[in-house]
Amino acid sequence: MWTLFQIEVYKIFRRPRTYIAFAAITGLIGIIQFGLKLDGDQYVTFMMRDITSSISIEGNILNGYQVCYIVLQVLLVHVPLLIALVAADMVSGEANIGTLRLLLTKPISRDAFLFAKFLATLVYTIVLLIWLAILALFLNMLIFGTDDLFLLKSSYVVLLREQDIFWRYCGAFAFAALAMSTVAALGFLLSLFANNSIGPIVATMSIIVFLTILSTLNIPLFGYIKPYLFTTHMIGWKEFFDIKVNDANEAISGTIQNPDRIVHSAIILFIHIILFLSISIWVFRKKDILS
Amino acid sequence: MAALITVRSLTKQFSNIRAVDALSFSVTAGSVYGFLGQNGAGKSTTIRMLAGLIMPTSGEIEMFGLSLAKHQKEILQRIGAVIEKPDVYPYLSAYSNLQLFARLSGCRPKRSYLMEQLEQVGLAHRAKDAVSGFSQGMKQRLGIAIALVHQPDLIILDEPTNGLDPQGIADIRHLIVYLSREMKKTVIVSSHLLNEIEQVATELLIIHKGKKIKEGKATELFDPAKTTIVLNTLQNEEAFAQLQTSNWAACLQQLTPEGIHLQMHRNRIPEFHQSLAHLQIPVVALQPRHSLEDYFLQVTTPGYVDTLSN
Repeated sequence: MWTLFQIEVYKIFRRPRTYIAFAAITGLIGIIQFGLKLDGDQYVTFMMRDITSSISIEGNILNGYQVCYIVLQVLLVHVPLLIALVAADMVSGEANIGTLRLLLTKPISRDAFLFAKFLATLVYTIVLLIWLAILALFLNMLIFGTDDLFLLKSSYVVLLREQDIFWRYCGAFAFAALAMSTVAALGFLLSLFANNSIGPIVATMSIIVFLTILSTLNIPLFGYIKPYLFTTHMIGWKEFFDIKVNDANEAISGTIQNPDRIVHSAIILFIHIILFLSISIWVFRKKDILS
Repeated sequence: MAALITVRSLTKQFSNIRAVDALSFSVTAGSVYGFLGQNGAGKSTTIRMLAGLIMPTSGEIEMFGLSLAKHQKEILQRIGAVIEKPDVYPYLSAYSNLQLFARLSGCRPKRSYLMEQLEQVGLAHRAKDAVSGFSQGMKQRLGIAIALVHQPDLIILDEPTNGLDPQGIADIRHLIVYLSREMKKTVIVSSHLLNEIEQVATELLIIHKGKKIKEGKATELFDPAKTTIVLNTLQNEEAFAQLQTSNWAACLQQLTPEGIHLQMHRNRIPEFHQSLAHLQIPVVALQPRHSLEDYFLQVTTPGYVDTLSN
């Protein structure tokens, strides 16, 4: 099993396709950093246009933490595509180039083979998110410095003190890793049904777009299924940036407003991962290799 | 000799197509077992079931005395297979591919052993090159090195000459003979190229529409006493008339646009060749027809013999 896992990780990181996602993230974050470094003040003015009359702010609003939040809001919607690019290719890609039939004539159990592939997919997902964290958080901290984080929510404003932010990002990235692993598990499952990777990649993205629309539509009929859709819970990382207030409406440092909601979302995502993986194993056990 | 593989009532149903229908056969240890059939006869499906790639709908496969359904891992440990094309990872080098598949086969060979394996298939000088730049023949040779790297007892080659040039085909033929005679391996080889099978197989199975047509030793299936030869001369009609009055009249079959058809024992062909010189018949070509081809067409195409004699 360990050998299989090592081989799968080795194969993932030897493929040129793998680095498309890393290059895309680097390029996108680079553009955002370049734009904000050059024209950041105007962006802040635009962002604060509705509240400048009622709040007076001192200090560096456009700091590394702020830029990281902007990057995450923009990128975490698109990262599933980059995850699907590899996850949905894991089995279908092998079928496409014909190596699947050679692999399965080797003395390895199908369950172990599939599980090793799935673990390798998770490794890719986590490494991609670590790369995202390096560029979006650490690099921005270096470029823009650190200060308090000022977040405009729909009906209120959150101000997080500088020393109360870093751990929230750690939690947010960990949660994002779980959310992206769910996407990876879905892409992985769909990759079992095709002999080329285009179909599973498109199918994965289509399902995510479709379910995201259902998750965001405020129609009572969909209200019944929304709590069970993994797309509803994928944005749970934002919960780390809501802070508890005391009776005097003062923020309590080091707290999260709804930690139960994070746990609940994490459980739903985890159940989806287990479900997708179990179906994958069940399908693959019976699959005839005709490619 | 003991049977290395015993297949009983093997059936595979794909929705409304029965690809393999109650097929039973056995493969003797040390033999070169030729799998023959037209395209779509069920050869590849059967081979894939033997290699554990396709699950049988019903029936039993026993290899090395073990049930494939229950002991797949142990059995696959002793098998090396090249199924259809020898597809490997194009972005890895020949050496890395061989090393990777060796590890998957349960062995951790040293670099010197792997290089030796590449040397044997003539790829040592390209060991570090990415496979994406390899020709089909080179990929085929690498595929065979991968199949043999863990020193299996049984080698399964499904259409091993597909896409190869004449030299590549000859190399595969020599390799099969070498594996069988020198290495004492059992080889199962499937092909629709009868000539290839005829030259290497010691046992044969002919299947048609998923069913067994004939199984047996190659020497029993094509009788050398009934070798057909086709003679072409400058004047076939005159030569035919001459032969009718000669000692070879009994061997004459017919005169067709293809030439003069005769049937005789394979050993008598040199003698016949000499007689033609004595009779001063100007020979353009004298070709023995592949007896397996005749036999195969006979058993798979009803009415073929009738059309020949008309």
